Amino acid sequence: MTATGIGAPVRRKEDQRFVTGQGRYVDDFNRPGQAYAYFLRSPHAHAAIRSIDTGAARAMPGVLAVFTGEDLAADKIGGLICGWMIHSKDGSPMKAGPHPALAQGKVRYVGDHVAVVIAETLAQAKDAAEAIIVDYDVLPAVVDTAQAQKAPVQVHDVAPDNTVFSWHLGDKGAAEAAFARARHVTSIDLVNNRLVPNAIEPRAAIGEYDPGTDGYTLYTTSQNPHVARLVLSAFIGIAPEHRLRVIAPDVGGGFGSKIFIYAEETVCVWAAKKVRRPVKWTADRTEAFLADAHGRDHVTHAEMATDENGRILGLRVRTTANLGAYLSTFASSVPTYLYAPLLSGQYDIPAIYCEVDGVYTNTAPVDAYRGAGRPEATFVLERLVEKTARELGQDPAEFRRRNYIRTFPHQTPVIMTYDTGDYEASLDKALELADYKGFPERRRESARRGKLRGIGFSSYIEACGIAPSQAVGSLGAGVGLWESAEVRVNPTGSVEVLTGSHSHGQGHETTFAQLVSDRLGIPIEQVSIVHGDTDKVQFGMGTYGSRSGAVGMSAIAKALDKVIAKGKKVAAHVLEASENDIEFKDGKFAVAGTDRALGFGEVALQAYVAHKFSGQDLEPGLKEGAFYDPTNFTFPAGVHICEVEIDPDTGVTTIERWTAVDDFGVIINPMIVEGQVHGGIAQGVGQALLEGAVYDRDGQLVTASYNDYCMPRAIDLPSFQVGMTVTPCPSNPLGIKGCGEAGAIAAPPAVINAITDALGHEDISMPATSQAVWRAAQKARMPMAAE
Amino acid sequence: MTTVSMTVNGQSVTADVDPRTLLVQFLREHLRLTGTHVGCDTSQCGACVVHLNDQAVKSCTVLAMQADGGSVITIEGLAQGSELHPMQAAFREHHGLQCGFCTPGMIMSAIDIVNRKGAALDEKTIRAELDGNLCRCTGYHNIVKAIAAGARAMSQVPAARQAAE
Ligand code: FES
Ligand code: FES
Repeated sequence: MTATGIGAPVRRKEDQRFVTGQGRYVDDFNRPGQAYAYFLRSPHAHAAIRSIDTGAARAMPGVLAVFTGEDLAADKIGGLICGWMIHSKDGSPMKAGPHPALAQGKVRYVGDHVAVVIAETLAQAKDAAEAIIVDYDVLPAVVDTAQAQKAPVQVHDVAPDNTVFSWHLGDKGAAEAAFARARHVTSIDLVNNRLVPNAIEPRAAIGEYDPGTDGYTLYTTSQNPHVARLVLSAFIGIAPEHRLRVIAPDVGGGFGSKIFIYAEETVCVWAAKKVRRPVKWTADRTEAFLADAHGRDHVTHAEMATDENGRILGLRVRTTANLGAYLSTFASSVPTYLYAPLLSGQYDIPAIYCEVDGVYTNTAPVDAYRGAGRPEATFVLERLVEKTARELGQDPAEFRRRNYIRTFPHQTPVIMTYDTGDYEASLDKALELADYKGFPERRRESARRGKLRGIGFSSYIEACGIAPSQAVGSLGAGVGLWESAEVRVNPTGSVEVLTGSHSHGQGHETTFAQLVSDRLGIPIEQVSIVHGDTDKVQFGMGTYGSRSGAVGMSAIAKALDKVIAKGKKVAAHVLEASENDIEFKDGKFAVAGTDRALGFGEVALQAYVAHKFSGQDLEPGLKEGAFYDPTNFTFPAGVHICEVEIDPDTGVTTIERWTAVDDFGVIINPMIVEGQVHGGIAQGVGQALLEGAVYDRDGQLVTASYNDYCMPRAIDLPSFQVGMTVTPCPSNPLGIKGCGEAGAIAAPPAVINAITDALGHEDISMPATSQAVWRAAQKARMPMAAE
Repeated sequence: MTTVSMTVNGQSVTADVDPRTLLVQFLREHLRLTGTHVGCDTSQCGACVVHLNDQAVKSCTVLAMQADGGSVITIEGLAQGSELHPMQAAFREHHGLQCGFCTPGMIMSAIDIVNRKGAALDEKTIRAELDGNLCRCTGYHNIVKAIAAGARAMSQVPAARQAAE
């Protein structure tokens, strides 16, 4: 390991600009002549639009234009799409209602887009929006996930009982047989609370049109600018793909919410041509709460069957998943193929059967949020495992250990083939770091002070590096999930790497450069990483599902191999040796067994000078590209242990210790990986203790600002103890598994298991606010009095 | 329109602004100092923290007019040439940032904490004092470490330089 190579905690290259205020996020860009867009949003959860009168608004000072859904329809601009087709049990395709970027005839959630005002200033646009008169025929709304299919309200004509799909996975008969021979059955009812992703940078977009070239540009806060361009051109019909440039510069966090193609960016590009001015839109936080895709929102009943030896025999899961008012870009994949295949967790479970109904409600669309489906699966499984262990009177760690998968590859009954892992190693290390042995004494000590102490485990697994293309295609995905890379070596030996993945906080400029520096033996300063601009990088799939390392860097590695192979040819010509005799090591191309060698930079120069190449058999230049399609998902896994103390008089839960031991395969930069784990845990703890999007019965979002939606702050969290185990991933050339979602997946069940351990009963749901915990504590103390 | 004048990062500026212009808009849109960020509309996130007359303020809650005649320091005003302020350097060294969006506000708040509480900061104090700043990426773990280290480093900076700040 060199100081900057693979495995080194290199300080991040991008930080110089971020800590000095020189980052460039979308809202920091201003285009000459730019105008501002403001969206008029529906105040009703469900209403028919009788008419929209924009006359007064158009006459307001500074107003350039007011557009409604009719204007989009007149221009034949298509609706927003969902890119993953799910089929119901009976083989019928999912029922997708129309999703126009500006409402046409009906609004379906509070925050739905009714009209857009374009004006000289934002203040003028806002003023004018107030002058738009919309005549609504307010309809009853359905909000509640569990009630959606029974409600006398229909969100879309195509889905009579609000059911988008009734999907299933696994072998029902096998699961029934397992339950029939079980010694013990544990059942649990769970709600996975609805979350708002809340990247601190709100979404933003600038649309621009150049009549001279008939070219369109979109600056957008996107995790996957190429897919945005593909969808905007091929499906929505905004502009031909080769005339549309999408730029996603520095992006201030995403967590899934910036994967999707939204109404606002669509309208900004289209409107820019209409008004012949660049059009800028920046969400305020309340708009982000109302209209960014939300996450989670499952209602689940699940059962686990065990035999007389405490071995898990089978699992049955029934989930209703709220998809909101419209199907967002990946909405249908999250509660199906990203959820049920993870229900086996780290355990050898012979039979699993899962049924999922996706439902429409009059709420904001629900889509992937950090972990996307995998946190939901882990929550179900790890709560069930905990409860089963308790009911069987077994130590929760030992119950897990007994049921771990031990031989690999392991085929689960729900699609996945785990390639490698060592779950016991993580458990052992976590137990040691958490001082599990000392816990009873700490609990006694808490009790002496009148406090309740509990410990909670989470043995999670996730499927990352989403791919291979063939597999996801067979499951209904509309795109392949490979990644691309191009390595351009300049004549002076500096290197530009163009990648189709996108960094919004993950530090790619550093980790990707570490790989290049390591492979080519050149200083890290000589490497720059280019991403987020469709005019520079030809194509890519963006960043989500921890795919940048496992898939994106593998593509770079493949391109680097080609660069080195070409470099050998060049060196062979220059050194007048046989290509087979050239070795590349430590940044030098050398003739084997001699001291004749050329440095990487010299070969780069010779490749472009090209004076010493013989004839036509070698092309000048040193630039190679690669597309990498992995052979399997990757399976990071680990054990998190959370220790809480509860004050039964106030219900306040304090996290006293957090131990995380994760196996992410090969690690490029441990500093960055640990940072990802910290951030994930914070989001998971937020879900467990504080966060929840709440709609009232009429569909008003009552948690539409940071005043009402409780985000985790520094004081809510402890410092984390993070450890690693390593089993290199055999499915990609670098052995990387991915680390982005681990904390968010592992944390919620760890926290809730700890709280139920402290309270001594199971009846607590997320978020476990102090009020909820206080009630539960009172109930535990005096079962009658608290009723 | 109304005229406002103030010193921003040591330079005097004067501009005609709409009276409802917020200080953050003035900095970002009139002066193009885009390091100060906007993350919310309820004064909760702290992405917009700057120093106004040596005190940390949320610039989304202050009208530009209210800063008239005052002195403002933004994230762009901290480094001396290419030399980072010790708190900036500490954030970098301890990986106290990921997407970097909350970072300018965090650093401005962190310096204010040190100015008010001194250089010897324990973890609990830092966490409590960060009440006004949200970060969605880092889980705060490394921010807390960075601030503790930055505080120590600030106490070692020669007095002359601190006076200049
Ligand atoms: S933008 Fe000022 S506190 Fe959020
Ligand atoms: S680093 Fe992204 S919000 Fe703090």
